[in-house]
Amino acid sequence: MKNNILKIVIFSFVIFSLLVFWQGLKKNNNYDTKNLIGSKISKFHLIEINNINQYISEEDLKKNKFTLINFFASWCAPCRTEHKYLLSLTSKNKDIKIVGINFKDKKKNAINFLEELGNPYNFVGKDEDGKISILFGIYGIPESILIDSDLTIIKKIVGPIDNIQYNEILKLVQ
Amino acid sequence: MKIKIFFFISYILIATSAYTSENQNNLLEVYKNLRCLVCQGQSIADSNSDFAATIKLVVQDQFKEGKTEDEIYKFLTSKYGEWIVYQPSFSKNNFLLWFLPYAVLIFGGFIIFAIVRKTKYNRVN
Repeated sequence: MKNNILKIVIFSFVIFSLLVFWQGLKKNNNYDTKNLIGSKISKFHLIEINNINQYISEEDLKKNKFTLINFFASWCAPCRTEHKYLLSLTSKNKDIKIVGINFKDKKKNAINFLEELGNPYNFVGKDEDGKISILFGIYGIPESILIDSDLTIIKKIVGPIDNIQYNEILKLVQ
Repeated sequence: MKIKIFFFISYILIATSAYTSENQNNLLEVYKNLRCLVCQGQSIADSNSDFAATIKLVVQDQFKEGKTEDEIYKFLTSKYGEWIVYQPSFSKNNFLLWFLPYAVLIFGGFIIFAIVRKTKYNRVN
């Protein structure tokens, strides 16, 4: 009798462990920061790339109906591929303002980058040491965050903006 | 007088270096408990990646501001999720993670006890 109880307990434990492992295997372990959607952005102080006396904070973004915060750098190849979508966004929809944050870049290279490809940004700030990127949960560039006037994150795009994401942004800001 | 000055300066130097090394140890402990999100199985302490370097700067800043270890973890978790800390906080989603090792330990002990008792019983008979 005792032996049977022991066998049942061991059997149940093995089944339980297998179920836990099975659930673990099914779970998507690819890291993303989608959990930020619905939360508010942190306070920040962003200095303009050309003028250290000019800056914006989260309070300034409350004036915009929608703001797309885009992290970019001249040394980042995927940033070049998404640039045409950024240029198109501002021309297609006047409700959306784009804030560019130049990430760990040289000022001269960033300015050349914007001169060469065009400037889609309403404000270009600098994040020389990357500390501002941490406030936005960024771990690689390009990354973009769409927020509304309440400073709530509506969408977070990890990697370059493509045609699908471009259309999704337009849909969200309509 | 010279000896007094010498001892005073030595005392200041030793106290400062002890304070600095204690701070360094605290920082290292925090780095070790943070996962480098862009690396393969490395902590922030182990990694020389760009991301790890930035996280180190942020942790140093927050330490200087007087934030506690828990406050720093809470801030980074709010930005990057539980995945960034090696030791996740206790929640309903991960209670098994915390209790299962103890349950296994008790269960294992119970089985060993049962086997030993049975063996003894068989020997006696």
